Amino acid sequence: MELRKNYFADVRKDDLHEIGQPRPRSDSPGHVTGKTAFFADRNFPGMLHLKMVRSPHHHARIRSIDTSEAEKHPGVVKVLTAKDVPHNVYTILILIQVGPEDETVLADGKVRWKGEAVVAVLAETERAAQEAAAKVKVDYEVLPAVFDMEEALKPGAPLVNEYHGQNYYLYDSGECRKVRFGDVEAGFAGADHILEQSYQSSPIEHAPTETTGCVVAPEGNDRFTCYTNTQAMFFTLDNTSIILQMPGSKLHFVGGTVGGGFGGKVDVIVEPIAILGAKLTGRPVCFIYSREEEMQISSPRAAEKVVIKDGVMKDGRIVARKVTGYTDAGAYSRHSPYGAQKGAGHYPGPYTIPNVWIDTYCVYTNRTPSSAMRGFGVTIGDFALEVQMDKLARLIGMDPLEFRFINAYRDGDMKAHRQPTEGAALIECMQEASRAANWPVAEKYMAMSSYVKGA
Amino acid sequence: MAKVPVQFTLNGSEKAEFIDSGTTLLNALRDKIGDTSPKGGCHQGTCGACSVIIDGELRLSCLTLAETCSGTAITTTSGLAEGGVLHPLQRAFLDTFATQCGFCTPGMIMAAKVLLDHTPNPTRGDVVEALSGNICRCTGYEPIIQAVLTAARSNSQNAA
Ligand code: FES
Ligand code: FES
Repeated sequence: MELRKNYFADVRKDDLHEIGQPRPRSDSPGHVTGKTAFFADRNFPGMLHLKMVRSPHHHARIRSIDTSEAEKHPGVVKVLTAKDVPHNVYTILILIQVGPEDETVLADGKVRWKGEAVVAVLAETERAAQEAAAKVKVDYEVLPAVFDMEEALKPGAPLVNEYHGQNYYLYDSGECRKVRFGDVEAGFAGADHILEQSYQSSPIEHAPTETTGCVVAPEGNDRFTCYTNTQAMFFTLDNTSIILQMPGSKLHFVGGTVGGGFGGKVDVIVEPIAILGAKLTGRPVCFIYSREEEMQISSPRAAEKVVIKDGVMKDGRIVARKVTGYTDAGAYSRHSPYGAQKGAGHYPGPYTIPNVWIDTYCVYTNRTPSSAMRGFGVTIGDFALEVQMDKLARLIGMDPLEFRFINAYRDGDMKAHRQPTEGAALIECMQEASRAANWPVAEKYMAMSSYVKGA
Repeated sequence: MAKVPVQFTLNGSEKAEFIDSGTTLLNALRDKIGDTSPKGGCHQGTCGACSVIIDGELRLSCLTLAETCSGTAITTTSGLAEGGVLHPLQRAFLDTFATQCGFCTPGMIMAAKVLLDHTPNPTRGDVVEALSGNICRCTGYEPIIQAVLTAARSNSQNAA
């Protein structure tokens, strides 16, 4: 690796000891020898296997649940329904005061997406749990469902989630997250060209090589050790504590080894119910998603729709930007209100635009709840923004990289959220990119700097 | 469920177990014998994480019934290092940053070992072909391919 020390030479500290030095990873000796202990590598005598009975419908009222046949199945030890869960309605972000609680651990009265957990079966073997799960009888009254964000926002659309009362998340700023800066309409009025485009994305599945799951061992004294591949240890610990109404001191979580996650393992889904199973049976419990469940049940990256309207001058300056963003949360919030909010912060892009107007909506539909995935809330936004930048450059007949130099923010520039830019190195990155990609730009851009003295 | 006896050598040592008929080799190795180096990523023959070597051939242990393995010699990644010295493939995976989460690594190393056992000086194309049954969601494959080529080079230097 090469460090370009000519950049920021007069402001940089040059006594770095770690950056630029190769360091061996502490976990890879375990990986190459097969010694790394993933959660499923733990095996306890008498361990039970948990299988979930899942909703075959996108939206349905549950009239009744009959578990009697499943309970009689050889090898079955316990069958859990909503009434067994101490605090059955929860939401992950309640820990940072983002409510309302809107998701059930086990469905109670209604299912809101195909694949939702309804009944948990604990049995001596995986096979017995699977066979018994197939014997659980749930009587559903199928309800009309909505799968499209624009449909969901129309008056009279089926109501997905009663805990919200409408098919969008209500922020404290209203029905969407807003950014207002300058006067966007005046900006458009003065622009040489206006370009409005909409961009859309599908959900994306993380597909980690190791599926989601956990192994729980009761330690006596009503204390439980949970070996898990969560990517969010303390979110999981604290939410489990709320759901099971148990003090955190009774819960010992062991994690840190994750066989691929990419954000897909930050939700609190498997641990509470597995610990509850261990608590009610007194036995170790293993709950691990099959590959099929991983692909269908785990929360994907949200589908998004982004509408961008830009006003641009012939000389390359963007003078106004209006963005409306929609994030498809699916049936429950999980991390989506936060994802939509991040989008609001991100849509001005790394550009200095004097007039900005942004609304982002977190919308509920009867689809698989979406959640975190690698820069969720901003990745699709970046795709849309940068395609839009190329289109704008083409519109005014300018080189797309030079167009970005003109608009790139530099130290001291005021961002749309009224946060002055500090420590920007965007110009320098683009200069390196121009060399690396062999995409030359005019000399005046190579003479620019993000660093503005005194900014 | 009927129990059946199985007996094979695993990384050079004798193993004998009674298992439920129909148990996969993957589950037998992991749950009965305690070698958890083969991983279960899909249990349906598509990810390669469970790859082991049976009598010199690369096999998916999730699609192999344990009871059909009697009398065979099985190698897993946990048996590759000898006397605490890493196998050249293990060394190369370590040195070239070819592991991230590590879940696919044992299967990758098994697939690579069978390749190098048969083709000591593989081309890049040979490596790609040999690893094509193994999915990695983290590294992006290129470091893994480089690791296998590096191991092949160090092998041929040792032989020279
Ligand atoms: S677990 Fe055997 S191929 Fe995936
Ligand atoms: S290193 Fe994670 S799947 Fe390959």
